[in-house]
Amino acid sequence: MASHLAGLLGLSNDEDNVVPFTPKKGLRGTRRQVTNLDVEKMSSLRFYYDLMSQPSRALFIIFRLSGMQYEDCVVQLRNGEHLTDEFKHNINRFQRVPCINDNGYKLAESVAILRYLSAKGKIPEHLYPKYFVDQGRVDEFLEWQHNTIRVTCALYFRTIWLDPLLTGRTPTEAKIETLRIHMERNLDIIEEVWLAKSEFLTGSSLTVADIFAACEIEQTRMADYDVRIKYPKIRAWLKRVRQSCNPHYDTAHHFVYKISGTGPQAKL
Amino acid sequence: MSKAIKYYYDLLSPPSRALWIALKLAKTPFEDCPVALRKKEQLTDEYKRINRFQKVPALVDGNFHLSESVAMVRYLADSKKLTEQLYPTSLEERGRIDEYLEWQHLNLRLPCSLYFREAWLFPANGIKPKPKQEQIDKLVKNVEAGFGQLERLWLEKDYLLGPNLTVADLFSSSDIEQLKLCQYTVSEKKFPKVAKWLDRVREASQPHHELAHAFLNKKPQQAAQSKA
Repeated sequence: MASHLAGLLGLSNDEDNVVPFTPKKGLRGTRRQVTNLDVEKMSSLRFYYDLMSQPSRALFIIFRLSGMQYEDCVVQLRNGEHLTDEFKHNINRFQRVPCINDNGYKLAESVAILRYLSAKGKIPEHLYPKYFVDQGRVDEFLEWQHNTIRVTCALYFRTIWLDPLLTGRTPTEAKIETLRIHMERNLDIIEEVWLAKSEFLTGSSLTVADIFAACEIEQTRMADYDVRIKYPKIRAWLKRVRQSCNPHYDTAHHFVYKISGTGPQAKL
Repeated sequence: MSKAIKYYYDLLSPPSRALWIALKLAKTPFEDCPVALRKKEQLTDEYKRINRFQKVPALVDGNFHLSESVAMVRYLADSKKLTEQLYPTSLEERGRIDEYLEWQHLNLRLPCSLYFREAWLFPANGIKPKPKQEQIDKLVKNVEAGFGQLERLWLEKDYLLGPNLTVADLFSSSDIEQLKLCQYTVSEKKFPKVAKWLDRVREASQPHHELAHAFLNKKPQQAAQSKA
């Protein structure tokens, strides 16, 4: 279990974490669809993602809200499509999703991708501000989330949902309890600090910070965790985020709703 | 905002050191605001008003309070307080350095800080006993998985992002230097590129590097005592 830490995101390129698989189709078989109806010329921006991955969903929602033209390149993580040599050499050397190829410029890491496209004028300013002071406020959240909610929610999801599926072994109650405590320590900070005075994480309107955070938290539904029970502010905020992002939010979370057996309104 | 920014830091914290060195290299004036973590100064109500997350580093520029070192780098660069070499402005170079800065959180910073906490910080402060060898081996394995990726995926040129020193080098070398307290040194045999790169970063950021790491370069036992 080397690189357990990267592996816990379920997107590791680490060999010990590789799920054995036989790719049914190579990358050539990767499903590619064109999003916008108006496709006079094919966009030169390719977006590689899997809606099972939290940051993939966040970027998907952001791209859709931005009305950006891009080519949809779905990478099926469960079939190990990201683990092929072809993916490594031609698409993303880290063998993860999401990533982009913008006319030959390859970029990984969701926050870096967002910033790059914003600098190119593709992301509306209300989602990611251009003025550096306002941008600083959103960046503060985007940098904070990695080692706090991202890592703890992902670890919770992975240990309780993904690992048992891959290994057939279920975690002990004590282990689940520890993971929950770590995760809730960070959810507490969202509830008490980030959402202390505002409707959204970084102010009075929706930004990419909310989208990244919501996608991370929604993932825990699949591990039967209901964030809404203990956290009234998070509950109300999640509703606002979903409303502000729909229909794209529900499209992106289609699998999460399906796998968890919970629709957005359902009680867990 | 013509007044100098206030910089809150403790040189025991790797990102604090990295930003401190960056500010020194850029010759950016700042008001020195040390926060002694060993005295838990970050947990006071007074400091909570500076940084609601009660962590270092943090900066205050007029009425604007900001935490998270990478966010601070961007803010400083956009307000012309860092050199273009340290955090490039061109679209593609900036994309590349951002890719690194986002990547390092979980792939390098997290394993380094977990190892440091378990193997040095907690035992030295009597919070937890020293972990078993088996546990240490696991922590080291995670750290070295990160080094392996630096070696294979990042260090193609002299520095992480190319021929010049950037904040990316300062952040990661600082995280790795921290491990000296755990008596860990990067093996030249196992990670030749990483070992040489660490020397290069040290050289390129002198004399500030030496000053920022003075505490770490004491013998680990001594440091442990002065901490306790």
